[in-house]
Amino acid sequence: MNTPLFEALLRLGDDRLVLGHRTSEWCGHAPILEEDIALANIALDHIGQANLLLGYAGTVEGAGRDQDALAYFRDAVEYRNALLCELPKGDFGVTIVRHFLHGVFSVLQWEALSQSTDPTIAGIAAKALKESKYHVRHCGEWVIRLGDGTDESHARAQAAVDQLWPYTGELFMQPADEASLVSAGVSADVSALEGAWRAQVSDVLRRATLTAPEGVWMQRGGREGRHTEHLGHMLAEMQIVARSHPGAQW
Amino acid sequence: MTTMSPVADDSARLAQFEARVAADESIEPKDWMPERYRSQLIRMMSQHAHSEVVGMLPEGNWITRAPSLRRKMILLAKVQDEGGHGLYIYCGTETLGVDRQELVQQLLDGKAKYSSIFNYPTLSWADMGAIGWLVDGAAIVNQTMLAKASYGPYARAMVRICKEENFHKRQGYEIMATLARGTPAQKAMAQESLNRWWWPSLMMFGPHDKDSSNSDELMKWGIKRKSNDELRQRFVNLTIAQVKAIDLTVPDPALRYDEATGNWITGPIDWDEFWRVVKGNGPCNRERIEARRRAHEDGAWVRAAAIAHAEKQQRNNRETTERQQ
Amino acid sequence: MTNPSREKSWPLWEVFSQGKDGAPHEHAGSVHATDAEHALQNARDVYARRNEGVSLWVVPSAAITASTPEDMGPFFDPANDKAYRHPQFYKVPKGVKVF
Repeated sequence: MNTPLFEALLRLGDDRLVLGHRTSEWCGHAPILEEDIALANIALDHIGQANLLLGYAGTVEGAGRDQDALAYFRDAVEYRNALLCELPKGDFGVTIVRHFLHGVFSVLQWEALSQSTDPTIAGIAAKALKESKYHVRHCGEWVIRLGDGTDESHARAQAAVDQLWPYTGELFMQPADEASLVSAGVSADVSALEGAWRAQVSDVLRRATLTAPEGVWMQRGGREGRHTEHLGHMLAEMQIVARSHPGAQW
Repeated sequence: MTTMSPVADDSARLAQFEARVAADESIEPKDWMPERYRSQLIRMMSQHAHSEVVGMLPEGNWITRAPSLRRKMILLAKVQDEGGHGLYIYCGTETLGVDRQELVQQLLDGKAKYSSIFNYPTLSWADMGAIGWLVDGAAIVNQTMLAKASYGPYARAMVRICKEENFHKRQGYEIMATLARGTPAQKAMAQESLNRWWWPSLMMFGPHDKDSSNSDELMKWGIKRKSNDELRQRFVNLTIAQVKAIDLTVPDPALRYDEATGNWITGPIDWDEFWRVVKGNGPCNRERIEARRRAHEDGAWVRAAAIAHAEKQQRNNRETTERQQ
Repeated sequence: MTNPSREKSWPLWEVFSQGKDGAPHEHAGSVHATDAEHALQNARDVYARRNEGVSLWVVPSAAITASTPEDMGPFFDPANDKAYRHPQFYKVPKGVKVF
């Protein structure tokens, strides 16, 4: 049985690993050279955060697994990321809107976790907070340009919001097993972040002339290992080399 | 008013220009330069920039499969750097009065060349080692020379690039060294990769001096400072010791050490293969251009959106100002 | 649909970066961007990937007026013979160590 702290760290780390991996798929294929470099920076920040969080998860677990063992030798059902993170990268609109939606959540989460009573978590959160603030700035500005750009870009940005919105609810569903961590000040209650998230997201969507869907069913399952079919394919690609040579050093 | 005829004027300017190059002075964008110098620079610099951008693809092919998080970050940062270097050199080329968009279009239309090495496929993880070590190693030998090029913006871009590329070759060699002392399967992977990349790396320096059509002019004008064969020899001499240090073998039975010159002499390079790839029939020429074209076309709506948004903002700002007046 | 061969380019911006606190801003290179905020972000992503700066300026390249090579004589040569602008021009009595 995994301890609540280990599970909580997987949720934090897997979100960033999966989202970072998806973003890294853009490298060499972005709409313009400047943005190729920007997206690679965002991907690097996420994978860097995952590296720290999964490394700490391995330490907490105490079973001799390091971040690579956790990243490369777990199956999809053992991953704890939100479904939002694993959806295919889609077009540039989907990529940007997703980073914006998840980024605003991340900023709020890191702000809370930078006060964690666990100094390792607080340290990682303080570093990640600066990175996520920039992601929100960059992607938020893009959301406004795409939403309030051409007819085509508006339609694509709105389609991205519509596609991704049903996956945002899961970000704020507080896992039951984290209750003791929240009361000990180790973890942050994500359900408390939703109001601030909504206010910030609505403000940017309004400036982008985009609208958030209302009353849609919110998908969930990632935090318990019940994923979309996309994650398995992503992991198959990500893990192929490492799993073909178990025990090897790279 | 000058009384000199345009022809006499130009030949005087040419003499002055060549004297400046000979004195190792830096030529800057607004300085007078022979048309041929300008066009040769545009050709060479844009080819170099295209090579950086197309060069993102073979390594980009393995970012999603890198076998550890550390390797994934290193590779992503490296491929990102290639994009940055393409950007620096495109900007340097733009100082000569061409637009990046125009240069990119030439690449997408198949009218511009780029380094042939990127038309080879990446088939194993070890190729990430071989490319960093050999391809970037060869590029560094070339670029160290270009950092002294006579055209200021090109030389300055190269200085920045050389500084940043230091880690590229090291990370590649580290991958190869790690594989070579790893499991038997890993060592075999490293050797197989070296076998495939060795000869194409030597071809990166271009044809032998006697067969290189542009070299004389480029050297006269200080754009290139060393010949293809000189640079290739320098690369071979540096690399052989590195191959031996990690206990791999160069796929060249004719390789020998020449005591008199202190040079490693390789067997004959297959120039038929070189020209075949240059002329478009390498294993990946079509895929590479197709990938660039797709990225460019898929991104058109994004680039257009940014322009449209900026125009709207400018219009709004103008209207606000007018209302205030 | 955008016609790729007729596509309008994003404008060019010059990037100046300050290496450390108190140092002058120096030219780092250029980026393409459609507005100032994006130019600044692109400059950050392209020219500050390695911790190179503490501050960035971006200026539309079209807004820069530069001297020409023809200006070189009239602009800069007249400064050659004005040694009195430099402190070494002036004698200080022996024995005065710190001035």
